[in-house]
Amino acid sequence: MEIKSIVKEVYLDHAATTYLDPRVKIVMEPYWEADFGNPAALYRPGRIAKDAVEGARATVAKIFNCRADDVIFTAGSTEADNLAIFGTARAHQHLGKHIITSAIEHHVIMNSLDAIKKEDFEVSFAPVDEEGILKLDELEKNIRPDTIIVSVMYANNEIGTIQPIAEIGKLIKRIREERKAAGNQTPIFFHSDAAQAAGFLDLDVQKLGVDLFVVSGSKIYGPKGIAAMFVRQGVRIKPIFYGGGQERNIRSGTESVPLIVGMAEALRLADEEREKESARLAELRDYLIKRLTTEIPKTILNGHPIKRLPNNVNVSVLDIEGEGVILYLDAEGIYISTGSACTSLTLDPSHVILALGRPYEHAHASLRFTLGKRTTKEDLDYVMEVLPRVVVKLRQISPLNLSMDQREVSHPEAFAGQGSRVKVGGKTYK
Amino acid sequence: MDETIISKKEIPQQTEVDVVNQFTGERWYYSDIVKDHFFNPRNLLLKDPAEGEFDAYGMVGSPACGDVMTVWLKIDSESTRIKDLRWRTFGCGSAIAATSIFSVMVTEDGGRTIDEALGIKPQHIMERLGGLPNRKIHCSVLVDKAFHKAINDYFRKTGQFDKIMVAGSKVIDPKLNITDKDIEEAVLEGAVDLDGVQKKLKVGIGSPEIITEVEQLIRFYKEKYYG
Repeated sequence: MEIKSIVKEVYLDHAATTYLDPRVKIVMEPYWEADFGNPAALYRPGRIAKDAVEGARATVAKIFNCRADDVIFTAGSTEADNLAIFGTARAHQHLGKHIITSAIEHHVIMNSLDAIKKEDFEVSFAPVDEEGILKLDELEKNIRPDTIIVSVMYANNEIGTIQPIAEIGKLIKRIREERKAAGNQTPIFFHSDAAQAAGFLDLDVQKLGVDLFVVSGSKIYGPKGIAAMFVRQGVRIKPIFYGGGQERNIRSGTESVPLIVGMAEALRLADEEREKESARLAELRDYLIKRLTTEIPKTILNGHPIKRLPNNVNVSVLDIEGEGVILYLDAEGIYISTGSACTSLTLDPSHVILALGRPYEHAHASLRFTLGKRTTKEDLDYVMEVLPRVVVKLRQISPLNLSMDQREVSHPEAFAGQGSRVKVGGKTYK
Repeated sequence: MDETIISKKEIPQQTEVDVVNQFTGERWYYSDIVKDHFFNPRNLLLKDPAEGEFDAYGMVGSPACGDVMTVWLKIDSESTRIKDLRWRTFGCGSAIAATSIFSVMVTEDGGRTIDEALGIKPQHIMERLGGLPNRKIHCSVLVDKAFHKAINDYFRKTGQFDKIMVAGSKVIDPKLNITDKDIEEAVLEGAVDLDGVQKKLKVGIGSPEIITEVEQLIRFYKEKYYG
């Protein structure tokens, strides 16, 4: 095999994770060795650490527009989301055992809710439209007198669709008032995972009307393994593990001072540069979308054309499979991601693309490009130099020939009699 | 730790991670042979075949992930040697590589006989590929199944009904060796009544006693797939 030396490297998977901003690294630096104290200690090194943590908390609180006491640090957004679901649900389960979420949530929510069903909670999924926007009326229809949590992500990690969080917040507020008037004591809490939204969208929790809100360090050029969570006053959370009672007894464990400081600085920088960077990226995003959909035949944009993150491009290039594209692009120094079953642990195609009402072939064929701080127009031109060639080659290999508007699996007969679980628009072929 | 040494031994000569799952961080590796066949696939069917250009055809899909593989065969009727195997695959890197290497294995040295070729099992394909990541095997190595289907197609077209392989399904028409699976496939291809299915399979022609059962199956599969 011809071994090519990579001449250029283009990283377009910022939704997976980002590099650490050097400015953040500098701010974190003292807390690894020089100021290593435990914030719980009363002596000077402990006080220095405590001050650093509380300073970080205040920084995050300012961006969230909330009290510093309402901000909790956890070891990553997966933990924070688990706390929001399990912690809140268990603390209020005597009042209601019903939870609603959207059909396109991240696996952290999907799998947490799947697990909590074993504790006799009921879960409903509110559908999205063809462009991945939550149907508000369907959400409202799903709310029952015993619904205690509504969890809807701020922006989708695969297709970048931005959900009407503030409108959902208003709806929840109205439901709360109606319950009060009806004498229903069951609280209803609104949780939103904003891991993908941070750095691009307004994080004001008062405007959004959220009660639980999660931002991750690893998506905003901050350190990995750290997240900040807003917990509105009055929301009780039962811990999911136990220890020294740190973080308001919600999340025990010695605070990771360097990560907390880095998280806050990353969020501060992201917020400061948000508008300018979003405008720059939105232009690049639209440039790439236009070139992909006009220069590569049978390419469909997934998600909403405007109500999407400024750094997210997701297309289905029909008849080909995403893992193959990733490997071919990898060989040319281009790094992207796919919703193909072939790269998922469960071998299930992307539930997000399927929720848009598309056949699994569209999920198989989906390519996600997520741009970032260092992405330039030249990077995207390089992608457009390489990708069309790769698509031609992989289409030669593929036996499929889907039409653009096709919404049925093209060769169901190929799966006959094998116990197939290929799902198409809610229909499962067995 | 001993564990790391053991796991290194299991994946020799592979230092680069090829695919990292975005949600779980799980990694898998492809051998150089896999990469070679993935980047330079052999015996690919480039142009859609003309009517009668090939002697047999088979298509199979992976129930696990939705990959689809198709093979076209040219078979020497005297020697039963596979003179040509062309293919197309919709699937991941290992699925493409597995199909490509199988096409080489079946046609090399003047072509295997049908019996020899049917003896090629997924583990032989794996060995020739220099291994595959464990959880990729069952979905990637489907080409032997597509090949079996194509050989059945050949037997059917050449009237060798007694040779048709029927593993894992129930024979409905013993004279023509047609199974419930064949009927299911016909329904999925769009045949929704006895006439349609008979056009495809000739099932029950000459065996009127099985017609009721065939009709029941058609109704069952129609209900299952089309509601």
